[in-house]
Amino acid sequence: MELTVNGSKTYIYTGTHALEPGRTTWLFVHGAGMDHSAWILQSRYFAFHGQNVMAVDLPGHGRSAGEPLGSIEAQADWLAALLDAASVEQAMVVGHSMGSLAAVDFAARYRDRVKGLALVGTGFPMPVAEPLLEATRANDPRGIGMIMNWGISPQSHLGGNQAPGLWIHGQGVRLLEQAAPGVLFTDMNACNAYEAGVARAGEIACPVHFVIGDRDMMTPPKATAALADAVTAPVSRTVLRGCGHMTPLERPNELLDELIAFGARLG
Amino acid sequence: MSSTSGPFSFDTLSLHAGQQPDPATGARATPIYQTTSFVFQDSDQAASLFNGERAGHVYSRISNPTNAVLEERVAALEGGVGAIATASGQAAVHLAVATLMGTGGHIVASHSLYGGTHNLLTYTLPRFGIETTFVDPRDPEAFRNAIRPETRLVFGEVLGNPGLDILDIEAVAQVAHDNGLPLLIDATFTTPYLCRPFDHGADLVYHSATKFLGGHGVAVGGVLVDSGRFDWDASGLFPELTEPYAGFHNMDFTEEYGPSAFLLRARKEGLRDFGACMSPTTAFHLLQGLETLPLRMQRHVDNTRRLVAFLAEHEAVEHVGYPEQPDHPDHGLAARMLPKGCGAVFSFTIKGGREAGRRFTESLNLFSHLANVGDAKSLVIHPASTTHHRMSSEALRAAGISEGMIRLSVGLEDPDDLINDLKRALRASQKEAR
Repeated sequence: MELTVNGSKTYIYTGTHALEPGRTTWLFVHGAGMDHSAWILQSRYFAFHGQNVMAVDLPGHGRSAGEPLGSIEAQADWLAALLDAASVEQAMVVGHSMGSLAAVDFAARYRDRVKGLALVGTGFPMPVAEPLLEATRANDPRGIGMIMNWGISPQSHLGGNQAPGLWIHGQGVRLLEQAAPGVLFTDMNACNAYEAGVARAGEIACPVHFVIGDRDMMTPPKATAALADAVTAPVSRTVLRGCGHMTPLERPNELLDELIAFGARLG
Repeated sequence: MSSTSGPFSFDTLSLHAGQQPDPATGARATPIYQTTSFVFQDSDQAASLFNGERAGHVYSRISNPTNAVLEERVAALEGGVGAIATASGQAAVHLAVATLMGTGGHIVASHSLYGGTHNLLTYTLPRFGIETTFVDPRDPEAFRNAIRPETRLVFGEVLGNPGLDILDIEAVAQVAHDNGLPLLIDATFTTPYLCRPFDHGADLVYHSATKFLGGHGVAVGGVLVDSGRFDWDASGLFPELTEPYAGFHNMDFTEEYGPSAFLLRARKEGLRDFGACMSPTTAFHLLQGLETLPLRMQRHVDNTRRLVAFLAEHEAVEHVGYPEQPDHPDHGLAARMLPKGCGAVFSFTIKGGREAGRRFTESLNLFSHLANVGDAKSLVIHPASTTHHRMSSEALRAAGISEGMIRLSVGLEDPDDLINDLKRALRASQKEAR
């Protein structure tokens, strides 16, 4: 589905179903350099279970036009504009990595628009190592190698994908390779520069569910704890053993189960 | 390996990729999940699996846990996004073609192909409305000139048959991509140990895993691997991948699966409907072979180099066709593309023609006389007295086969024993010819 958001063509995956009023809407926000396809199993599930799905391609990502947004705050404002364009009042918001920071900022500053918040592979701060920033600034493919080497757990590097026949490392690399030049650096820089995480977390009003991997090197559990401890709204969390940062790729089924249960709790 | 290959080396991936110790039993080796089907947890999980909302296995024609380990392992070794195990190498190439085109489709292929593939393209696929134009693999412009509006695939082998002509993958991939087409490579003779076609620009790779990947001559199988790099949307020539598919809940494969679109379509349509799947026991056998792929391939190449050197100096040998030989037309390309070696299958021409060739093969003791390659044991065949025995001298020449041409597949035996076997058979072939 295509919408115009802030004057730019925007793609959202809706799971082959049109958005219908009165249904719960799930808004999925991808991580740095990725696109809607990172959420394909989870988004397809809800779309085929009577709920609205909006798995977005952020500006400049995937099938969406425009330039990538340079800050987490700008991404949060854009999510509000996206819901306006889709005539959706309120959504269950699911964010991964960079998308989780955008979701936190959005939930804090647009409190009425978020029914529940699921944060996947998240933490604060979300610093980016200088060699990775340098590599992505130069559009050096070694940057993608660093992201994937740090992003998936040692177990996932060896394989055992839940999706038959697909090589997790290869999937991640190819997805990131599809990002246009400059996109990955803009995203990494936005994560690195975001300073309001803890403050915003304290302003969130809706229930928050964290899904984290105990082998996450990019947002390790202690970084998740810093964010979770700042949330005053109801918080729940699930730790996936052996999972790294790329939960949607590494543990798609468990992540789906977590979202189903979270959605059921909120009714 | 490229910088995006992950933290583990080729040797490590050969042993481990695709497998976690079995979660149910802790088994270290990959279990053989010899089952046709998998029990659903409940109706919702069943429906979700069928509809592509959950990852997992439903029915072993479409996927199986043992096969999935093999698929991931080969994908990891090739540097791809994933793979599909098939009943044979022929099933793999058919799956690739059938996923990309239907009636009215056209392929541009190297004329130096395995005979079975040549038959498929020349005689069988035309019955289903798919035509092929064959071109000289050493001439990338010939590929370009043969492309038509209805062309959907460019195709060749890393090492051609029977002359071991090397395909300049980079140059031919450029031609294919200039025309919005993917390049499919048969990499059976080289395996990813000697050449990873994706590193040179190929888009799809397949293997007859029966040969060097398995390595022991006990299991027939194939593997089709996708690089995940070809931009099907930008090409605009593949509605099978870029438009809703009524056969699977209107799934638009590139929209939903991005870099894995081709493999998802091939699995959800090709394996489901054509059904040329691999047995889990076969996958297990092939995995045993893959564990030692780097060790075996190096030994295959080392032995081959010894035999090539021996034969090149022998008075009963007219010519040895191996790309590392200075007089081979692709000697320079071999140094660039295949620095670790040009495989373990090669041909030489014996003096004395068809009759000498027959006597030679019948005098060998260690080399097994049969129609296969890539076994741990050394193999031999003399096309003019066996597979091509009904062909005239002229017809043989047209096929690039001389009457005295012998094809060897060099195994893992002690090379001195192999040389002694060759020495004795060469002597026998020439003695009786006088």
